[in-house]
Amino acid sequence: MVVSNLMKKTIEDMIAAGHRINGRGNDEFRVPTITTGIVHSANGSAMVDLGQTKVIIGIKPELKEPYPDRPNEGSMATMAELSPMASPEYEPGPPDQSSVELSRVVDRVVRESGMVDFKALCIKEKEKVWNLAFDMYILDMDGNLFDACVMGIVASLKTGSLPVYDAEKDVADFSKSGGPYPLRDTPVGITFAKIGDHIVVDPSVEEENVLDARLTIGVTEKDDVCAMQKGGQSGFTVEEVESLLPRAIEHARRIRGLYP
Amino acid sequence: MATEKPESLITDGVRLDGRSAEEMRPLKIIAGYLDKAEGSAYVECGGTKVIAACYGPREVHPRHLTLTTETLVRARYDMASFSVEGERKRPGPDRRSTEISKVVSEALTSAVFVEKYPKTAIDVFIEVISAEASTRVAGLTAASIALADAGIAMRDLVAACSFGKIYGKEGGREVETVAVDMGKSEDNFGLADVALGYLPNLRKIVLLQMDGHLTVDEFRKGLPMGVSTCESIYQQQLKALKAKFKQY
Repeated sequence: MVVSNLMKKTIEDMIAAGHRINGRGNDEFRVPTITTGIVHSANGSAMVDLGQTKVIIGIKPELKEPYPDRPNEGSMATMAELSPMASPEYEPGPPDQSSVELSRVVDRVVRESGMVDFKALCIKEKEKVWNLAFDMYILDMDGNLFDACVMGIVASLKTGSLPVYDAEKDVADFSKSGGPYPLRDTPVGITFAKIGDHIVVDPSVEEENVLDARLTIGVTEKDDVCAMQKGGQSGFTVEEVESLLPRAIEHARRIRGLYP
Repeated sequence: MATEKPESLITDGVRLDGRSAEEMRPLKIIAGYLDKAEGSAYVECGGTKVIAACYGPREVHPRHLTLTTETLVRARYDMASFSVEGERKRPGPDRRSTEISKVVSEALTSAVFVEKYPKTAIDVFIEVISAEASTRVAGLTAASIALADAGIAMRDLVAACSFGKIYGKEGGREVETVAVDMGKSEDNFGLADVALGYLPNLRKIVLLQMDGHLTVDEFRKGLPMGVSTCESIYQQQLKALKAKFKQY
């Protein structure tokens, strides 16, 4: 997206003075609103409002054969749909690079944390397992889709439940509950944007349009780093990256406290 | 063709292929590897073999992507169908290749003086012909040389490597060690994997991806090891470029 030099400079100057475009501090994460269980046709759903960013996530478990190298494990798959309603920049069509990156990074944060106990999603070894399909629909784009989507998946998993496997008919019976998902960790994604010489947390869309570089860090309950993704056309120094780790852990702890 | 998980990836400081934790696999770089492409390179790191080629600055196709004030650096990463062990990989871009193409494009963009070539595209093609882990970083290393080989104005070269965490035994005890340049088993069975792209003169990290589990301390230990490895790779990149131009 083309942004005027004046806009870019204004945002940079404001951040240097410690104020961001909508009054936040450089290390202030917008307070998200997470509403769960709104889609009854999904086995777990959540709507996340982060500033004006609005995403809706639903889980649809599917019966599948396990992968040959993991005969007793279920699986997960994550897809993002950048709806053209969310932004004048989005066009209908197959997933573009940004959509693919969003899907894969969000997937990585959740998957690598170990949150989903894949072995417990096994129905019959080598034959039948659950695959959890996470579909994320971006409805309104005000920046930081990465973190909003991770929140949405985590909240959906925590409040949703599996269907029941009907062994007789060999289908999933969505009318009955097969119990809560087998979960272990509660990952959080924290995204930073480097604008000029300063690094702000949870960028809004105006900040994303002018940023020099961004870094998303996935943090587990044990304060381990489980995922990282750098984006943008500039770079970070080693010191900058290292300084973001404790900041990410701090923000992650606060956000984890917001989950149902 | 699933291989069995090794009991130890590093035993008393020695990895499965004989390397120490800080050691890279043997690196071979040829600048100007192809004829028609304006710039090209061949990079071999252990069993990973990649070729990168660049064309540009040239017209942008599709036209609506043209930027008025700078060039558009576009890298396309692809794995040959026979490049992977076991089953054939279906040709063509998959989601993984799309993501890698994006992050590699961004890394290369940081190195190029993009304002020097407005309204053009610089297209870089990376083909992995043999994959033994750490392919995207080998591809980025090669792509950077290809750009330099083509005479594109650059702030710096991009040197890239991987580092991660592997499990093993030290005097019989179980240990977890941070190591550089992940090989095949280490990528498959290791505990963490980081891809790092670095501008050695400007000292900037331009590609960074991670998955697995690392404590902050482990990451703080691995990052300087990765940077140091990138700095040695950079020396090899320079050697390769000088060798190509020496013949003139």
